[in-house]
Amino acid sequence: MSDVFVITEHLQGILTETSFELLAMARGIAGSGKVTAGLVGSGVGDLASQLGGADAIVVVDDPAFEVFNPEGHARVFAALVDESQAPVVLVPYTSMGMDVASDLAARSGMPLVSFCTSVGAEGALGATCRLYAGKIEADIEVDGERAIFAVLAGSTPAEQGRSGGAAIVETVSSPVDAGSLSVTCLGVTLPAGGDVDITSQDVLVVVGRGIESKDNIEEAQELADALGGAVAASRPIIDQGWLPKSRQVGKSGLTVKPKVYLTLGVSGAPEHIEGMKDAGTIISVNTDPQAPIFGVAHYGWVGDIFDILPELVEKLEAG
Amino acid sequence: MDSVVLLRPVPDPVEELELNDDGDDLDRDYLGYVLNEFDDHALEEALLLKEKGGGTVTVFGIGSADEMEQILYAALAKGADEAFKLGDQLEHMSVASQAELVISALQDRSYDLILTGVQASDELDGQLGVWVAAKLGLPHVSVVVGVTGSAGSVKVTKEFWGGITADYEVRPPAVLGIQAAEQAPRYVAVSLIRQAQQEGSLTQLDLEAPSDSSGVRITAVRLPETGGGAEMITGDESEAAERIIEIIRGAGV
Repeated sequence: MSDVFVITEHLQGILTETSFELLAMARGIAGSGKVTAGLVGSGVGDLASQLGGADAIVVVDDPAFEVFNPEGHARVFAALVDESQAPVVLVPYTSMGMDVASDLAARSGMPLVSFCTSVGAEGALGATCRLYAGKIEADIEVDGERAIFAVLAGSTPAEQGRSGGAAIVETVSSPVDAGSLSVTCLGVTLPAGGDVDITSQDVLVVVGRGIESKDNIEEAQELADALGGAVAASRPIIDQGWLPKSRQVGKSGLTVKPKVYLTLGVSGAPEHIEGMKDAGTIISVNTDPQAPIFGVAHYGWVGDIFDILPELVEKLEAG
Repeated sequence: MDSVVLLRPVPDPVEELELNDDGDDLDRDYLGYVLNEFDDHALEEALLLKEKGGGTVTVFGIGSADEMEQILYAALAKGADEAFKLGDQLEHMSVASQAELVISALQDRSYDLILTGVQASDELDGQLGVWVAAKLGLPHVSVVVGVTGSAGSVKVTKEFWGGITADYEVRPPAVLGIQAAEQAPRYVAVSLIRQAQQEGSLTQLDLEAPSDSSGVRITAVRLPETGGGAEMITGDESEAAERIIEIIRGAGV
């Protein structure tokens, strides 16, 4: 039993799924202790009313924080956490949480554990986390009575975090003078449509690092054509510039739920799995039998993608 | 624009990882290390900024991997002006300790930007860039996919999720956690790396080793249960291809 402070996040007026997952996780840790949600933004009254999974919500409602400000939000949350003194602080390990968690640790002196999938506060503080792009699971012990945990998306079902009654909402004035910030938001850009909408496909052939070169994507495209689907990719392929951003599945890309999701040389980092775990039938080919992708796939084959690609295309074309 | 880029070797992501006998760390004896791919993008971004607007690129190599020198010489061959080795004597430093080391190496050095990869796969206690920024009281932006501007004002693009991004104006000095450079990291010919090696412009900084202040300990490691849900297909590529097509057809496609 331990009080928990949850850092919530939202974008374009929508609270993230991870915020609710963390509220659910917080309830499990807190037991009859108190769960407090921190909410920072502008005109966020409606969002506060969705956070009934917490016992209390501390709101900073300030036009300066309408869009996430890496410096500003980190400083505001640091002040809120300091005020709360909750022993356990949960931060989403996301684009926003990344600017908050380590900043909070450096400012507060509280230990920080990243990549967490579960957090325990019975007896000593500790966590289980996924290191090396999900390839290793580690048990972690933390010194002291208070700690920050940066939690991977998808670690706890969000449902329980969505339920709950009416939390006590306390609105406080911003502890940070926005005029003192060195970072100013200039605007938000929504994604431009790509050539192919990978979220509306029945079949996705998904290439990862194992595809080795831009030229080899052509072979995956042939397979996708034979199946009447499209080619998508994991982040390293997009960062190399081999496929456009509109084809990226995962945390910083798109979330997809096709009927068939066939991966070729995708290792299955947590960031990727976040975007595809709810696909209908997941089939994965990888040379590494320990690849985390096999933990989420329904079917797997260990072997070389360049051996099986021509076989698949040939057999499909032969009907 | 004067940039400092923080480079870290990490276990090669394509290698199969094995555990040590005590079950509390990787078996590092035969482990191959490569430059953290996000750090490679940070270096590329710094080189692009230098090419567009002038200034310098200084690289700090953090860690004790044998591959460190090769990584730093490659950075010099790509166009970095100076390279320093930090923490050569330390194994498995916490990120908190790495940050302290970086801060001592930054003393008496002027810079506009510190760039590093947004994350590394072994950063158990947080991200190096944000740690350094917070300890120095500098602004930081993580998950950066674009940087433009001059020494007086920098414009960066941060990526959220679902392809949504935001642009920020940042007053330097600042720390940027790079997700992806404007272009894929450049390759460099082995002959140029060898040339850099012969010129020998790599400096070892003998800094006092910080004590581990992270307060975080690994007690056990294991390979996560994989294949838990997956039915593994056996046979050669021809048999496997047939089975996969059968499964796809069975899924109503």
